[in-house]
Amino acid sequence: MLILTCPNCGIAADETELSAGGEAHLTRFGAGSSDADFEGYLFMRKNTRGVHFERWRHSYGCGKWFHAARCTTTLEVFGTYPAQTTEPPAELIEKIKQKRPEFEGFSK
Amino acid sequence: MRRYSAFAIAREAARYHSGWERAWASPEPKSEYDVIIVGAGGHGLATAYYLGKNFGITNVAIIEKGWLGGGNTGRNTTIIRSNYLQDPSAAIYEKARSLYETMSQDLNYNVMFSPRGVMMLAQTEHEIRGYQRTAHANALQGVATEFIGPEKVKELCPIIELKGPRYPVLGALWQPRGGTARHDAVAWGYARACSDMGMHIIQKCEVTGVHQDNGTVTGVETTKGRIGCKKLGMVVAGNASALAGMAGFRLPLESVALQALVSEPIKPCMDVVVMANTVHGYLSQSDKGEMVIGGGTDGFNNYTQRGSFHHIEETVRALVETFPMISRLKMLRQWGGIVDVTGDRSPIIGTTPLGNTFINCGWGTGGFKAIPGSGWAFAETIAKGTPGELAAPFGMDRFIEGRFIDESVAAGVAH
Ligand SMILES: Cc1cc2nc3c(=O)[nH]c(=O)nc-3n(C[C@H](O)[C@H](O)[C@H](O)COP(=O)(O)OP(=O)(O)OC[C@H]3O[C@@H](n4cnc5c(N)ncnc54)[C@H](O)[C@@H]3O)c2cc1C
Ligand SMILES: [Zn+2]
Repeated sequence: MLILTCPNCGIAADETELSAGGEAHLTRFGAGSSDADFEGYLFMRKNTRGVHFERWRHSYGCGKWFHAARCTTTLEVFGTYPAQTTEPPAELIEKIKQKRPEFEGFSK
Repeated sequence: MRRYSAFAIAREAARYHSGWERAWASPEPKSEYDVIIVGAGGHGLATAYYLGKNFGITNVAIIEKGWLGGGNTGRNTTIIRSNYLQDPSAAIYEKARSLYETMSQDLNYNVMFSPRGVMMLAQTEHEIRGYQRTAHANALQGVATEFIGPEKVKELCPIIELKGPRYPVLGALWQPRGGTARHDAVAWGYARACSDMGMHIIQKCEVTGVHQDNGTVTGVETTKGRIGCKKLGMVVAGNASALAGMAGFRLPLESVALQALVSEPIKPCMDVVVMANTVHGYLSQSDKGEMVIGGGTDGFNNYTQRGSFHHIEETVRALVETFPMISRLKMLRQWGGIVDVTGDRSPIIGTTPLGNTFINCGWGTGGFKAIPGSGWAFAETIAKGTPGELAAPFGMDRFIEGRFIDESVAAGVAH
């Protein structure tokens, strides 16, 4: 069972209390943007094999959103961090690089 | 290729079965092919087959990283139906269903297609309205379906509980010519026919890169070296985003795990397929007697081919409610496959940003039933360089145009 520690309330929550929110750090395009940008925001996904940055909601707990870094080929969780950021924290990227030398860092 | 027949069985029985040939060859790759298909699942193999059969293109390699049919094609619950609402879906799924009817004869391989009938239960007022609408749409599309009441449901499937505690059975959408087929046999039958046409099926060979020159594909890098091609077809389901990434473009889809399980074999008790979409339970009985159960998808991106246990629990709970007699059955095996789910839950067939490169993916949780129709339509797309009538609506451009085929075809459930 997947267990993520919610950075908002500190609880180690298993996946039955959580809802997956998909790829993190998307740039939001709305009215007035180009068709291609709008399509990219709504539908195009990296769908990474490997280190994936994603959004989660602690729906059956504190109810708040947060971020997680997780490997999609092993389900290893590297860490979680608050929702109020547009990219993963530098320490987390460092930690992942130590475990996965081939990981090139976060990019949009 | 020596044909399979009753006579061949008698002949081999008389000589201790010493004369059966290998069903397909395992050649070393050549340096170049007219067409390379990546992925030897049902869709990739069917594509190659119809490239040969309908267009005479046989200088073809099908490259597979594992073993043929070892992806979702060998992991699904084999439900075949074509009772979709939207015209483009009904057209391609009905084409596929009708090809299933004659597949064993066409391939000279018994795929055990069993048109035993599929019923989709209506367990809410909303579902009754939805399925009645689908039945009317199907009548206009020439797909034989019917909305039936609870008495008929019970008559067709005596083991069902009509008055379940949460969701009583209020009726069903019934497609008498839907059913099941043997999934491995579909892959094996196509592989044997492709090999017979001189195509190369190259297993245990992973594509690790895509070579291009001036925006047009020139070949692929593989674990067996570089292999050139004039045209490339990508048919790798859950791994579509990774392969597209090698060719330099992104796809509007995400890969998630979908699970299934089978029980110990029991005596025949159910000769139809039942889908209960409200409670997420799918049940049929295999020819070996196992009850075959399809579950739901997990919500998060996953490439591990295994899913979360709580989804199995949910599925089993729903099925015990609908079929109380299975409550004491032991489950034998459980497994998962990685399904590729698009934004509108419909598949993608068409051209890509890279020249002479074509893609077929996004079948998600429901593409076994589509294998022959998808292969037929994708072979035409590759041979002609542009999609024909069946494939055209499924182009990737629909996402930028907002022209969705909003079907929930591949909607988070096994079917
Ligand atoms: C549990 C479950 C239940 C299902 N139930 C049903 C059902 O009842 N009815 C229905 O219609 N559908 C069902 N489906 C969906 C159906 O199985 C799929 O839509 C269909 O099998 C997809 O076929 P495919 O040929 O596209 O993919 P696959 O069979 O997955 O084939 C893709 C192949 O590509 C290979 N590959 C990937 N990457 C590479 C690479 N880089 N190099 C070389 N090869 C590569 C893989 O190894 C794989 O063999 C179910 C799926 C699952 C998982
Ligand atoms: Zn919390």
